[in-house]
Amino acid sequence: MFLINCPYCGERDQQEFKAGGEAHIERPKQPTELSDDEWAEYLFMRKNIKGVQFERWNHAHGCRKWFNMVRDTSNDEIKAIYKMGEKPPAQ
Amino acid sequence: MTKNLRVKSSEYIDETNRISFKFNGKTYHGYKGDTLASALLANNVHLVGRSFKYHRPRGIMTSGSEEPNGIVQINPGTNRTEPNVRATEVEIYDGLEASSQNCWPSVEFDIGGINNFLSPFFPAGFYYKTFMWPASFWEKYEFFIRHSAGLGKSPTSSDPDIYDHRNVHCDVLVVGAGISGILAAKNAAKNNFKTLLVDEKNELGGSTIYENNEFNKIDNKTPSEWLKKEIEELKGIKNLEIKTRTSVAAYHQYNYLLARENLTDHLEGKDKTNKIRQRLLKIRAKKVILATGAIERPLIFNNNDRPGIMLSSAIKKYSEFYGVACGSKNVFFTNNDSAYESALSLYNKGINVEAIVDIREQSESKIVKKVKEAGIKVYWSHTIVDTTGYKRLNSVSIMKLSNDGTSVTGSKISISCDCLGVAGGWTPAVHLYTQSGSKLKFDEEKQIFLPNQNTSEQISVGSCGGDFKIDEIIKNLNEKLKDNLNINETDLDNIKVEIDEENSKRNIWLLPSDKPLGKTKPFVDYQNDATAKDIKLALREGFRSIEHVKRYTTTGMGTDQGKLGNMHALGIIADTAGVKMGELGTTTFRPPYTPLTFGTIVGRNVGKFFDIFRRTPMNDWHVENKAEFENVGQWKRAWYYPINGETMHQAVQRESKAARESAGILDASTLGKIDIQGSDASEFLNRVYTNAWSKLAIGKCRYGLMLNEDGMVYDDGVTTRLGENHYIMTTTTGGAANVLGKLEDYLQTEWPELDVYLTSVTDHYATASLCGPNSKKILKKIIPDLDLSDENFPHMSFKESKIGNIQCRIMRISFTGEHSYEINVQASYGKDLWEKCMEAGKEFNITPYGTETMHLLRAEKGFIIVGQDTDGTMTPIDLQMDWIVSKKKYDFIGKRSLYRSDTMREDRKQLVGLLTDDPNVVLEEGAQIVSELNQSPVEMLGHVTSSYFSPNLKKSIALAVVRGGKDMMGKKLFVPMENKNINVTVANPVFYDEKNERLNA
Ligand SMILES: [Zn+2]
Repeated sequence: MFLINCPYCGERDQQEFKAGGEAHIERPKQPTELSDDEWAEYLFMRKNIKGVQFERWNHAHGCRKWFNMVRDTSNDEIKAIYKMGEKPPAQ
Repeated sequence: MTKNLRVKSSEYIDETNRISFKFNGKTYHGYKGDTLASALLANNVHLVGRSFKYHRPRGIMTSGSEEPNGIVQINPGTNRTEPNVRATEVEIYDGLEASSQNCWPSVEFDIGGINNFLSPFFPAGFYYKTFMWPASFWEKYEFFIRHSAGLGKSPTSSDPDIYDHRNVHCDVLVVGAGISGILAAKNAAKNNFKTLLVDEKNELGGSTIYENNEFNKIDNKTPSEWLKKEIEELKGIKNLEIKTRTSVAAYHQYNYLLARENLTDHLEGKDKTNKIRQRLLKIRAKKVILATGAIERPLIFNNNDRPGIMLSSAIKKYSEFYGVACGSKNVFFTNNDSAYESALSLYNKGINVEAIVDIREQSESKIVKKVKEAGIKVYWSHTIVDTTGYKRLNSVSIMKLSNDGTSVTGSKISISCDCLGVAGGWTPAVHLYTQSGSKLKFDEEKQIFLPNQNTSEQISVGSCGGDFKIDEIIKNLNEKLKDNLNINETDLDNIKVEIDEENSKRNIWLLPSDKPLGKTKPFVDYQNDATAKDIKLALREGFRSIEHVKRYTTTGMGTDQGKLGNMHALGIIADTAGVKMGELGTTTFRPPYTPLTFGTIVGRNVGKFFDIFRRTPMNDWHVENKAEFENVGQWKRAWYYPINGETMHQAVQRESKAARESAGILDASTLGKIDIQGSDASEFLNRVYTNAWSKLAIGKCRYGLMLNEDGMVYDDGVTTRLGENHYIMTTTTGGAANVLGKLEDYLQTEWPELDVYLTSVTDHYATASLCGPNSKKILKKIIPDLDLSDENFPHMSFKESKIGNIQCRIMRISFTGEHSYEINVQASYGKDLWEKCMEAGKEFNITPYGTETMHLLRAEKGFIIVGQDTDGTMTPIDLQMDWIVSKKKYDFIGKRSLYRSDTMREDRKQLVGLLTDDPNVVLEEGAQIVSELNQSPVEMLGHVTSSYFSPNLKKSIALAVVRGGKDMMGKKLFVPMENKNINVTVANPVFYDEKNERLNA
C-alpha cells in the first residue's frame, strides 16, 4: 500500500487514489487528420515497463486533482511526483 | 494414560489458578498461563491430529506460531468455533473445548490412516495425475477427497463477536519483543521516537526470558535475569506503547503493516461478551525494526514425524517456561550445541535424558563438557535411521554416519524413548522482511537466508538478521540502532557479555538411512505430508523452478506456509540438482504470516455497513407505501409498488397504463447531476457530447450522448442551460461518479485552458418526475401562477419557480414519451414535494411508479438505457442514433473512432426492435438470436437487451442488438430457448407514438 505525496494535499494512503495509466500521452489536437494507424497508436498502445514508468494518478477520494508519478514498477519505488503540465524530471 | 508431567513451578504458570478444559470430549486440567499445547503435554497427550494426506498420527512439535501439526478446532459446534487454530497459541481458560481435525471417526482410530499404508501410490502430484481423468469421474473423486480431507469446520451461525480496525501512526514499529526487540524499542523511545512494540505472545522476552545457560552472562547476570530487569524498566518510558498478543500479519510497501491484536480469545466465555474480540491495526511506521527471531529447524530423517518428536527448543521452552516435561525418557538429535542446552534444562529438573545423537564429529564447548560430566551419553557422528511407535514414539535406531555424511555404516543401536528433541540449527524468520518486497541473500557459511536489500526504512536485528549469539546480537544491534535512528549513544554501549565460545555445526539437509530413500518417510513438510522422496521425484520429472516444485509437491503450501521445512526443501533441491542454494532463490512468503479471521479483516463493515446504500429524500414514503426496491449502483430505488398482493408483473402493468392514461410519478432523485459553470462551459459541452451545444438558448434543455474516445456510448442524459455560463447536466444513476471523473480528467489534463468548473450536486436536489396527460393539471394545482402553456413552457425547456416558499427548477422533458415535468427541489424538501404532488394528483388517480415501469415505458418508445441496451461496444451509429452525431463539429470525444474501419463495418451488432409472432410470448433478456434453426453450430446474431409485455400496445415488445440488424427490417428470426423456439420479426424500435404526438397531449 503506497504512501503517495499528493502535490496538493501531502502524504495520503494509496486507497484515496486511482491510477490512470501511462502519462504524457497527449490527445491529438486534430484527430480527424490522423490515419487509422496513427489514431490507434494514440488510442490503444500503452507501455508496460518493468522498471521506471511515468504514470498518471488521481487523488480521487481527496482533492480530485490529477498529477504525474515516476514509479519503478519492479520495486514500487515512487521516484518523483509532479503536477500536470510540469516537465517530467530528468532521469 | 493420564500422567502429570508438571515438573517444577514456573513463574509464568499460576498453579493457584487451576483450569479445566476439554480435548476430544475428555476433561483435562491445566493452569492459568498454559497454552492448550503445554496443558496437553503436561497431561502426557502428544497425539493431537492426523496429517493431511496420509492421515498419520501427529503430535505437537513446537511451542509457537510455526506449529505444523497441532492444529485444532476450537469450541466445536458453537457459533464461536474456529478451525485450524494452533494449539501452541491458544491460551486455556475455563470451559475451553478443542478437538482434533482431519480425522474420522476419531484421532485414535482414523479411517483415512489407510492412506499411510497406500502411500507408495500417493507420490508427489498424485492428485494432479490421478484425478484428472476420466473427467466424468470427478464427482466421485470429489466426494472421496472432501470426506477424507479435514480442514476443520466453519461456524454455521453468525459470529457473535465484535471486531475493530484502527489506524496507527508511529515513528518506529518494533516487531517482536525478544531481547533485540526490547532493547531496540527502549532505545528508540528514549530518543524521542514515538515507538510501538508488538509481540504475538502474551509475555515479553522471547526465548531469552527463560535462557539460563550458565555460560552466557550479560553484566554478570544470566540473560534471563538481565532481561527481566530491562523489561521492568520499559514501564516508565514515555513514547513507548507495547501491545502483546499482537501478531503482524502483513508487511506491505511503504512501511504499511497489518497486525491483529487479540483481545478476548484468552478469556472465559462470559468475559468475552460485548467486548471487541480482535482488532486489526493498520500501521504506518516511519521506520520498522524487525526483531522476529529465528525458528529452529528440524532434521530430515526416516519417520521423523511421530508424536513425541519435537523441536529441541520447544522441549526447552515447555520445561523452563511452562514447567512441563514433554517426556520421561528423552533423546536429543542435533547438529549443533542448542540441543545440549535443552538436555541440561531437563537434567537440572531431574528428568531423564537417555542420550544425545550428534551428527558432528565432536564439540568442545563448555556446555557439551557439562553434559558429558552429567553422565549423559553422546553418540558423535551418528544419525537416526528410523523410529518406531505409531501413536507415540517408543524408540529410535541410530547408526554411524560415513565421513561424507551420505550413508551409514556399522551396526544399528536402538534407544528406547518417549520423546525426541531435534535441533537442526536456526532459520531467521525473514517472512515479514520478504513481504515488504526486500531481497534476501544466501549466506553459504551459515546456510541461512539473510536480509540484503531493503525497499523501505527498516532494519532486521537479532536472530532474524542472522545474529544468534548474545554478544553478536548486542554489538550489531547497537550499531544498527545508531545508524538507523541517527543517535550517538545507547544503553548498549557499556554492556559486558560473556558467552560460551564454540558453536560448530554440521549441516546435512537429508540424513541417510540404512534403507533406500524409496522405502523411507523423511517428512519435509509435516502439514502437507511432503517427503524428501516427493521433492526428488519432482526433480526427476523435470521440475526445476523452486516455485513449481513447491506447488507440485505442496511443500510449504499449508496454513503454516512451511515455516519449518522450506529450507530443507531448498537444500534437498540444491543438493540433488548440484547447484548452490543461493542460485536457487527462495520461495515468496505471502501475507498473512499466520491466518487471520474473516471478522478481523472486515472489522465493523458487517450487516448494514457491509455495503453502504444511498437512499433518496423520498425513501421513507416509498417504504411506507410498501414499495419493493432494487439496487442501482449504491442506490436503493423504488422498483414497483404492489397493492393488494399484486405480483410484480401485475403492478408494473397497472403502473404503466396509469402513467399513459392519466398521471404517474417517479422518484428520479438518483440521476447524476453535475453543475457546470465557466465562460467556456458551452465549448466544453461541445467537446464532450456528440451533438452541438453553442446554440442552445438559455432556459432550454437538450439530450446528449457521451462517448468514450474509442467511439462507444458511455453515458447519456439531458443538460439544461441555466444561464450564459451555467449548465446543469444529468447523467445515468450508475454512471454519475465515473462521468464526473472522466470530465475532470479531460479538463485537468487535456484542456486546462478551458474556464470550466464542475460540481457534483446529485445529493443536493430531490427530483420528482410527473408524467401523463394530466401532469400539466397537477402541476398547475401546485404552482397556480406558472404559465404552463406550450408557448411559454414548451417541451425541452426549463423554468425556475416556487412551490409555496420552496425554490424549484422544473424541466419539461420526457423519458416516457408522455407530456411530463421533472421537478427539482433542495433535497431536504424532497418528501414534501412528493406528498404535494400525490395530494394534487389524487383526483387524477396519480400513480407512483418504480424503475421497472420506467424501463417499460421508455422501451415502448425505443429509448435506450446505457448499460442495458449498450455494453461498451455500441457506437451511436450501431444504436441507429446517427441523428445525434454532429457532422459539423470538428472534434468531440470519440469522433475519430467513428471512422475507424472496425466501427464502420456494416455487419456490426445494431439496435433493432423485435416483435414475437405470438404477441403473448415475452422474450427473455439476454436470449440469443439466430437466423437458422437446423444448423450446428449455429451463428449467434445477437441477443435481446430489453423485453416487456406492453399493456399500452397489448403485445410483447423487445429491443435487441443484431448483427447487420439495420437492414433486416421485417426479417423473420428465431430465439431458441431450452424447450422451444420463438419466432420473431425485426421491427422499428419505436413501438409507441412514433410521431411523438403525446409529448404535447
Ligand atoms: Zn490531493
